[in-house]
Amino acid sequence: MMSLERVLMGSALMLLLGNAHALEGRKIFAEGGSQPGAMPCVACHGADGAGMAAAGFPRLAGLPAPYVRKQLEDFKGGSRSNPVMQPVANALTDAEIEAVSQALAAMPGPVPQAVYRGDMPLNAAQKLAQQGAWERQIPACASCHGPAGTGLGDAFPPLAGQPAAYLAAQLMAWQNGTRHNDPNDLMGHIAKSLTAEEVQGVAQYFASLKLEAKP
Amino acid sequence: MSPLILALGLLAVPSANAATIAMEDQSQLQPASHAAVSQFRPPQESELPDNAYGKLVREGYALFVDTQRLAPKYVGNGLNCSNCHLDQGRLANSAPLWAAYPMYPAYRKKNDKVNTFAERLQGCFQFSMNGGTPPAADSSEIAALSVYAYWLASKAPLGVELPGRGYPDVAQPAKGYNLAQGAQVYQEQCAVCHGGEGQGQKVGEHYVMPPLWGKDSYNWGAGMHRINTAASFIKHNMPLGKGGSLSDQQAWDVAAYVNSHERPQDPRLVDGSVEKTRVKFHANDGVNLYGQNVEGVLIGQGIR
Repeated sequence: MMSLERVLMGSALMLLLGNAHALEGRKIFAEGGSQPGAMPCVACHGADGAGMAAAGFPRLAGLPAPYVRKQLEDFKGGSRSNPVMQPVANALTDAEIEAVSQALAAMPGPVPQAVYRGDMPLNAAQKLAQQGAWERQIPACASCHGPAGTGLGDAFPPLAGQPAAYLAAQLMAWQNGTRHNDPNDLMGHIAKSLTAEEVQGVAQYFASLKLEAKP
Repeated sequence: MSPLILALGLLAVPSANAATIAMEDQSQLQPASHAAVSQFRPPQESELPDNAYGKLVREGYALFVDTQRLAPKYVGNGLNCSNCHLDQGRLANSAPLWAAYPMYPAYRKKNDKVNTFAERLQGCFQFSMNGGTPPAADSSEIAALSVYAYWLASKAPLGVELPGRGYPDVAQPAKGYNLAQGAQVYQEQCAVCHGGEGQGQKVGEHYVMPPLWGKDSYNWGAGMHRINTAASFIKHNMPLGKGGSLSDQQAWDVAAYVNSHERPQDPRLVDGSVEKTRVKFHANDGVNLYGQNVEGVLIGQGIR
């Protein structure tokens, strides 16, 4: 049988290791990675990871770690291209990607205010977001990202409160093929069916949803 | 992949044994072929009048798309009506309400009587929503949902089967279906939304992506428990927004895989016996696994 002392020692060690990992991730966020070019996230995504709406830099705080990890790996692999992010991702080691993904997931993100599916949409963008456009096989954004754009699980990121410029840029990236890293082309085929007006409309709709600080 | 799934795969199940016992059932609707027929168009919300009728239609709409939250007393699982009737009950080949409403009252073998539309809705609550005692025929819920369906069917002919009704039948492939192949299709195409264990995904307390088996899914009495019905739904409508992308074989394989998992018991359970319930309600109800042994495990024991 394991002695209490050994159990305690083990737990303390685990705690210390976990903590070291988190600290490393926070350090990468604030100061950058170990290799040249691995610029700190904070430079563009803000001190609290909340993003910079005016510049179209997205919120990272509170995003699921597997989602962030996948995006950084996809920047490296080229299935998501971006002139700023690709050099940064290329300069991060796998361990650093893991650490910074965990650190970002642990940072408090805002929670969107509840939006209910039963509320009848008031305009075209809201209609697209909550009902879709099935005559073109476009499901509602809400059916995968949640009625309030909260995001679901590790594959469907939050939309609520992300900068409109960021959301629109991503939809356009799917349209022109510079982003094709979604599972089974679920987003790509939808983005390609949207008009320019719809891209702007839904981007502004989700950007405008009210957020509350995490309790 | 679990060894169980691999083991199941060795068992390529041919078409269900043709039982000849006369019994109650609810067969898969078999709409005629409608290749070149133009589609019925339900009205738009913008056409709704600003009066008591319009208000009731809106209430029905809200109940239809947000059923778990708005009718918790009558919903015993994690589903909304709109999970199986896509585009808020408007989409052709996804059991649209505009094609259902004008076909009632109608005789149904499921309960051996002429059913009003209200009774048909009660059936949805009892089986698909696993809701126990359904709302009364004169309840506000049934009234609002009936008015919503009536509105969607505005200007539709009465008693005429419209193209796009139900989930048009996708015939069982010659090779039958294969559970291991179905598991593979599931993991590749379905798990990203419905979860690796069919558990669905929630935001807060409410499911956004519907659970496909387990305690929060449709029960063993729901039409969707039939492999043929689920295969037709899947073929026309899944993955969401990519309907028609799976082959008939894939649709059947994955439908069988989904419907080989446990779910809440059929509320019509006869004398507590799965076998008696199978004989009375399932043996001649399309293709289904209720009461059958799959790799030594009795399917249909129910789950709470």
